[in-house]
Amino acid sequence: MNVLETFRTAYGALRAHRMRSTLTVLGILIGIAAVMLTVALGQAARTLVLQQITAMGTNLIMVMPGGEGPQPEPDGDYEGFSYAALSLADVEALADPANAPDVTGVAPTNESFIVASAGDRSHDSTLAGTTPDWLSIRGRSINRGRFFSADEVARGARVAVLGSTTAQQLLEGTDPIGAEITLAGQSFTVIGLLNTAGSALGDDQDNTIVIPRSTMLQQVEPSPPNEVGLLYLQTRDQESLSAAYQQIEQTLMTRHGNTPDSKDFSIFTQQSLIDTANSTTAILTGTLGGIAAISLLVGGIGVMNIMLVSVTERIREIGLRKALGATPAAIRNQFLVEASMLGLLGGVLGLLLGMGAAWLIGAITDFPVVPSVGATALALGVSLLIGVAAGVYPAARAARLAPIDALRTE
Amino acid sequence: MTTPVLDLRQVRKTYATGAAAVEALRGVDLVVEPGSYVAVMGPSGSGKSTLMHIVGCLDVPSAGQYLLQGSDVSRMDERRLAHVRNREIGFVFQQFNLLPSLTAQRNVELPLVYAGVRPAERRARAREALDQVGLGDRVEHRPGELSGGQQQRVSIARALVTNPALLLADEPTGNLDSVSTGDVLTLFDGLHSEGRTLVLITHEHDVAARAERSVYMFDGRLSDVLPERVA
Repeated sequence: MNVLETFRTAYGALRAHRMRSTLTVLGILIGIAAVMLTVALGQAARTLVLQQITAMGTNLIMVMPGGEGPQPEPDGDYEGFSYAALSLADVEALADPANAPDVTGVAPTNESFIVASAGDRSHDSTLAGTTPDWLSIRGRSINRGRFFSADEVARGARVAVLGSTTAQQLLEGTDPIGAEITLAGQSFTVIGLLNTAGSALGDDQDNTIVIPRSTMLQQVEPSPPNEVGLLYLQTRDQESLSAAYQQIEQTLMTRHGNTPDSKDFSIFTQQSLIDTANSTTAILTGTLGGIAAISLLVGGIGVMNIMLVSVTERIREIGLRKALGATPAAIRNQFLVEASMLGLLGGVLGLLLGMGAAWLIGAITDFPVVPSVGATALALGVSLLIGVAAGVYPAARAARLAPIDALRTE
Repeated sequence: MTTPVLDLRQVRKTYATGAAAVEALRGVDLVVEPGSYVAVMGPSGSGKSTLMHIVGCLDVPSAGQYLLQGSDVSRMDERRLAHVRNREIGFVFQQFNLLPSLTAQRNVELPLVYAGVRPAERRARAREALDQVGLGDRVEHRPGELSGGQQQRVSIARALVTNPALLLADEPTGNLDSVSTGDVLTLFDGLHSEGRTLVLITHEHDVAARAERSVYMFDGRLSDVLPERVA
């Protein structure tokens, strides 16, 4: 019995039980669609997060206080709080090419949240107190006006640069440049507007107010003038990132008297963020995809179930085919092909449904959903495999039937 | 001397049903020469169905030898038996056993499908076989659209289409009215006169009377004369 004839017979048998075949296909369809959808959305989420990480600035390294493992005993300078472990002296050390030749810029920054007001409006915003290097290190640019200068940092000038969201919320309808806003009871002059940067890792980067760090520490959130919340550092280029990482780590460990097992600071590079984001989305996609795969398994069991029913129901037909010369292999192949057709049909339709749903979600949200050739091939392969796997046992049973037992059954 | 179509030598068949073993055939000898028309008679439970299964290569003997067209089929595996059934035997069943979803034409083609015959040749041969049984105008009908007699003629066409050495009919008229029975038996007479070898299993004397030779099954044994107790 040739291949074409086997397919023709299998197709005929499936068509003879349209309702049953349709429902069985539906089981696989839903499973494949669910897996396709979760994988497509997982990949889209990953792409989105990576875009946002890249948008945070190029060749960026961040240093934050506090590290993994047991924290070293703070000495006199740090007053017991591990998050106060960074100081302006660290900044100077890192800015020194003798210590860190691959670091091209350091922006000591203190960040917090603040309620800003202008006239009768008020708005919650992030507040960053930093130095002029922040602009280029964070990969931001000025839309209108200007950024503050080193001189204004030295003087503790009350000037502010606003993100577009903050500017819109506080100063809509007026020219923001030159406008006055109030932070913690102090009046600030708006001197510049930042270009939009979208959101990164859930933060709206445009909902921000940037002021000189000296002003922040002296007048907005009174703190010791040496205290640094976090450091943004820029490296020469992508290649020098790991060299810069080691220079920063070595410099800070020496200065803080840390050992490799016990550090009071943490260094994040874009790569480490990307790695974290990748593993997070992978876990998420894996978990959801796994749950979806269970429905696929149920669909496979449905195929097996219906194939067993089909074999039992067609015992007489099997007996007759054997009497007319069908070999056990021919009978086995016929049922295998039937099961595979159910699986593959469910796979193709489920693929279309899953991709369609993903595309729709991509179209109505800004999720960057892209069709994946790999996932498509995998879905088709898996559905075919499920069909074959579900068909093996029923087909073997059909092939094993003795022709006389099969013919005898009424 | 020609090779007999069938040559059964001391064929035994024992079924193990639970603890008790049932001896369905207790040493059957039967030789059927080419071109003969043999009727096997016997009451139910006599073992004639078992004999039919073994002659039809649907089952293998527990002991003894069975030569079909001179080759020993008594120890063949299922795959080789399938080929033998396909090439050497044409079955006609009491229940017709046509596939209801296929047309008469496709039903008759079925043995040729398993023989690996190409579609064009298959169609031509099936058409020819249907013409031979007088159903040339019913090729596109499905079994449900045919009378019992017509269905049985389709199944005879299916049995003939591979040009087998043996035509094996198991109670072929059991489900037919007298007119259709007459048609089928006339068809068998015609096939016999063409030189085909026929083995017919029946319990009806008037059907057996059309054959050139009758043999009788009783208690798992075969004899050429009607056993006294039955007669």
